[in-house]
Amino acid sequence: MIVDLKTVQTHHVPVRYFEGGAGPQLVFLHGAGGVTADDPFLVSLATKYHVFAPLIPGYGDSEECPEIRDMLDFTLHTADVVAALGLKDPILVGHSMGGMIAAEMAALAPNEVSRLALICPAGLWDDDHPIADLFSLMPYEMPAYLFHDAEAGAAILTAGRNVTDSNFLQTYLVTNARQLGMAGRLLFPIPERGLSQRMYRIKAKTVVVWGDSDRLIPPFYAHGFKKGIAGAELVSIPEAGHMVTLEKTALVVDAIGRLG
Amino acid sequence: MKFTWFNLMPWPYLPEDFRETNRSVWVDIDQKLFDPAKSHAVYNTYMDLLEYADTLGFDGVGVNEHHQNGYGIMPSPNIIAAGLARRTKDAAIVVLGNSIALYNPPIRVAEEFAMLDCISGGRLVAGFPVGTSMDTNYCYGQIPSLTREKYQEAHDLIIKAWTTREPFAWNGRYNKLRHVNIWPRPIQDAPHPPVHIPGGGSVETYDFCIDNTYSYSYLSFSGYLRAQALMSGYWKRVEERGVDKSPYRAGFAQTILVADTDEEAERLYSEHVSYFYNRCLHVYPGFADAPGYRTIKTIQTGALSQYAPPTGGYTQLTWKELTEQGHVIAGSPETVRQRMEDLIKGLNVGNIFCLMHVGNMPADKCMYSTKLFAEKVMPKLRNMFPDWADDNRFWTSPLDKRVTAGRLPKDAPTGAELAATYSLVPGE
Repeated sequence: MIVDLKTVQTHHVPVRYFEGGAGPQLVFLHGAGGVTADDPFLVSLATKYHVFAPLIPGYGDSEECPEIRDMLDFTLHTADVVAALGLKDPILVGHSMGGMIAAEMAALAPNEVSRLALICPAGLWDDDHPIADLFSLMPYEMPAYLFHDAEAGAAILTAGRNVTDSNFLQTYLVTNARQLGMAGRLLFPIPERGLSQRMYRIKAKTVVVWGDSDRLIPPFYAHGFKKGIAGAELVSIPEAGHMVTLEKTALVVDAIGRLG
Repeated sequence: MKFTWFNLMPWPYLPEDFRETNRSVWVDIDQKLFDPAKSHAVYNTYMDLLEYADTLGFDGVGVNEHHQNGYGIMPSPNIIAAGLARRTKDAAIVVLGNSIALYNPPIRVAEEFAMLDCISGGRLVAGFPVGTSMDTNYCYGQIPSLTREKYQEAHDLIIKAWTTREPFAWNGRYNKLRHVNIWPRPIQDAPHPPVHIPGGGSVETYDFCIDNTYSYSYLSFSGYLRAQALMSGYWKRVEERGVDKSPYRAGFAQTILVADTDEEAERLYSEHVSYFYNRCLHVYPGFADAPGYRTIKTIQTGALSQYAPPTGGYTQLTWKELTEQGHVIAGSPETVRQRMEDLIKGLNVGNIFCLMHVGNMPADKCMYSTKLFAEKVMPKLRNMFPDWADDNRFWTSPLDKRVTAGRLPKDAPTGAELAATYSLVPGE
């Protein structure tokens, strides 16, 4: 195994995190779908960086945390995790919901985050470009929103899952309730919690990465982040959807490389 | 037994191909299908029917809350209840209920329920649902995994507002109020109006009802045969907690249709039943349970959304299947009596929410069925639980002497009449 699953104690709950690789320290914050040890993006990052990928409480096998309710709670909790891991100013990378949290961390403590990579982050809203309602999507509808190549995406999502198993549905529902239930505190019903008012505080060297075919959070929002964060660089990736980290793994890792 | 005549207030003009041409009857239902001018007659007819039930001796008339919903055009049940409080005489006004996590601040519910109780002379039954995921999360935007916490705080605040006789401060997570002092307060103050909690299988709700002496209401459209497992779970919990098993601790909603004979029932009502089960219950499954709305414990007990259609969907179900499987209790007075007896005994429920208007049923058929039930079925079911006849913990305690609406004289008095009434000498 390139990355290992470990536990670190924080003020609220023990937090599960993946750790692996060697090189500059990098913290990866996962999106609403979570992350696993065999995630190709994580594995790829670990070939260049010393990667830490904490799970939001309730994700994977980690303990839930009812006390984390709003944006500030999530932001401070994640800063606590970084501190508990003994990291100082690691490269901060966030995908989707994780990007929203990473941007908030950089806005809240601009002197503690000097390098920031936001991969199709949530956090902004424009009425003319509504973001799909992730929570009401049926499982079979997901691939078309998440991937440039929906068919290949569907295969990735169902890989290793026995959908005919009678326990599958219940396990799926429990996992969804734990994970998306927690994500809903930041993303439901509109994935916007005031970031646009705070974004100006970010001092980090920032790269914004977006898949051109992102149908969950349209590429329109890339411009909002580029405009809102001084000096931010935008990397648009063709033939990639919201799961650009899976569809164009190497290009995303390269984009993060621009942070030095 | 307590029989409450209930109307969901379905929109009766959904097109025949509704299921094929629309994704959902709820949340994102097509705006164009609602016709405000037609709704004028629909609302007034539905209210007339509720008032009619009162004249036939039903114990209660019932209303509920849904939003953006083609089978329930009653986003504010309190508005309908206010009309009923004026126009009915004896029936309890069963508001089942107000989704208290949605009101900001929730003392608005404490106030409106108090007004309804005062106007009706103490006839209010107060319902506090968490609300469906469609209503609460998808229409009203509450965060699914925080809905129950917010609900709990709203409940605690309302009960405290009803039972505290001096101003108090409320420093809640979701409500910060420096001066809570509701004015008016309910007539029923020993300690407050009876509370019914609609539940759909959340196990936490069992304990909540037991702890507070509230009645647990299972509002299902799938009928009493499918409700056995859920209600057995409830009664098992009641037993474990060591409290009495009064049937009035529970309520159940059942579609009931009575005619002269079984054949006549099918002939008169099958198209309206089909309208309800095939068009009205066409809910997009993505709206049924927002992730986080149900607790892990509840999912693990296997209690899934009651809006999840049976295997194969309702469309497959014929009149025969719907009646035999108990989704609908329909037939001659004797058939209905037998099946109601099975229901009442089988589920041990003292409160029946009689869904006597179904789908696009016209008023004349509804009155016919309602009258037959009231005259030929209800009397025979009255005394199902003689041991609990005096248990009034879950029902209303109205004032003995109540005024009736419209009791003022037709004309204003003359000055001379007023002078006589108040013993004044004219000119002084």
